[in-house]
Amino acid sequence: MNQIKQLVEGVLKGNHRSIAKTITLIENNPTEAQKAVSKLYPHTGKAHIIGITGPTGSGKSTLIEKLVKELRRKRKRVGIIAVDPSSPFTGGAFLGDRIRMQKLSTDKEVFIRSMATRNSPGGLARATKDAVKVLDASGKDIVIVETVGAGQSEVDIIKIAHTVVVVLAPGLGDDIQAIKAGMMEIGDIFVVNKADRENADEAVIDIETMLNMSSEKEKWRPPVIKTTATKDEGTTELLNHINQHMKYLKKEGFDTQRRQKAETELVEAIKQKTTDSIIDELRRKGELEKLIEKILAKETDPYSAADTLLEERLKRFKTRQ
Amino acid sequence: MSTKRKIRIVVAKPGLDSHDRGAKVIARAFRDAGMEVIYTGLWQTPEQIVETALQEDVDVVALSILSGAHMTLFPKITKLMKQKGLNDILVLGGGVIPDEDIPALKKIGIAEVFGPDTPTSTIIKFIKKHTQKT
Repeated sequence: MNQIKQLVEGVLKGNHRSIAKTITLIENNPTEAQKAVSKLYPHTGKAHIIGITGPTGSGKSTLIEKLVKELRRKRKRVGIIAVDPSSPFTGGAFLGDRIRMQKLSTDKEVFIRSMATRNSPGGLARATKDAVKVLDASGKDIVIVETVGAGQSEVDIIKIAHTVVVVLAPGLGDDIQAIKAGMMEIGDIFVVNKADRENADEAVIDIETMLNMSSEKEKWRPPVIKTTATKDEGTTELLNHINQHMKYLKKEGFDTQRRQKAETELVEAIKQKTTDSIIDELRRKGELEKLIEKILAKETDPYSAADTLLEERLKRFKTRQ
Repeated sequence: MSTKRKIRIVVAKPGLDSHDRGAKVIARAFRDAGMEVIYTGLWQTPEQIVETALQEDVDVVALSILSGAHMTLFPKITKLMKQKGLNDILVLGGGVIPDEDIPALKKIGIAEVFGPDTPTSTIIKFIKKHTQKT
């Protein structure tokens, strides 16, 4: 408990070592970390959380480096969480996003953390959401979350970020078709990076066309902008759009977005805690093991087994209602 | 839910040294051994490496060097780490390092030095053995 108190105090002072240690605790020991996160929670809500997503190789890390340099010129304090996939076979991970951001690593107002997904689906790690809270509470003005190289289903970033920037590159061509189902719906801003390459304008037109087909008429029409991150071109424009989106949110839907996020998070927390506690209990009593044997012997199937198991518990719950 | 501690490791190339084939092979081997490997890329200053180790909260810093500047750069790194209170991190050296330099490097806090012929499994075994605290 004393350790938790120390960590929380350090985080609130913006101490990078404490931030790092707290994030590790969130990754390795969620139950213990919850004590710290609960204490930090009242101090959150000040940072603008920006999600950067898009296919592998579209230049997300390089773009972030340039974006952060621009933010530092405006004296903003920045936290970055860069997520990369874990190997489903060994559990190991190669976290290479820092390679593009190392120039930022000695800036005392910038904190960068690489994070492995540890096989969590959705393009983020299980710990990402709480790590964002730690950075927010530590006094960072901007928190940037870079997702894994994403396609159609890595859309969890919308649960965390205020502003989602989808980064694409020309020459991905049909990829824009491929990603339309997931990515096109979550972007608040679209970036065609590597705009010095051939077909950049075609990519912009493709995205614009796709956006125009959208049946939902919302008040915010996502802008499509061109950047060349390696040459630091278009970064200022991108940042302007990001700020405009925050202004729009504050005027139009900030409270709705906050309410939705709180609801999603609460529902997920309830789901996780109920299933965890039920499964733990079954495991302790050996009921789980017995049913597995029955399933293997083809005496029952997983769904029927789950029904039988839950019947009694749900009955108890229903009578209480 | 698993609460197992994962070994986190920074693989860094300090100084003006453009040869990173070895570092990449090592990084790959660490990943395949189930570790989370943070690769910094080339031309890192001691300050960058130490700050990376701090922010990433790693268990191990693996330094790969082929330029011959290890006697200048390694002490700078271990000194900075001590200043920042990073005393519980295992620091390893690798690359082209003459045998006669090894005792001096061990004195300044490099836990072990692995030469070019070392099988990756030896290094992995060493890391696993020395990071099994708590």
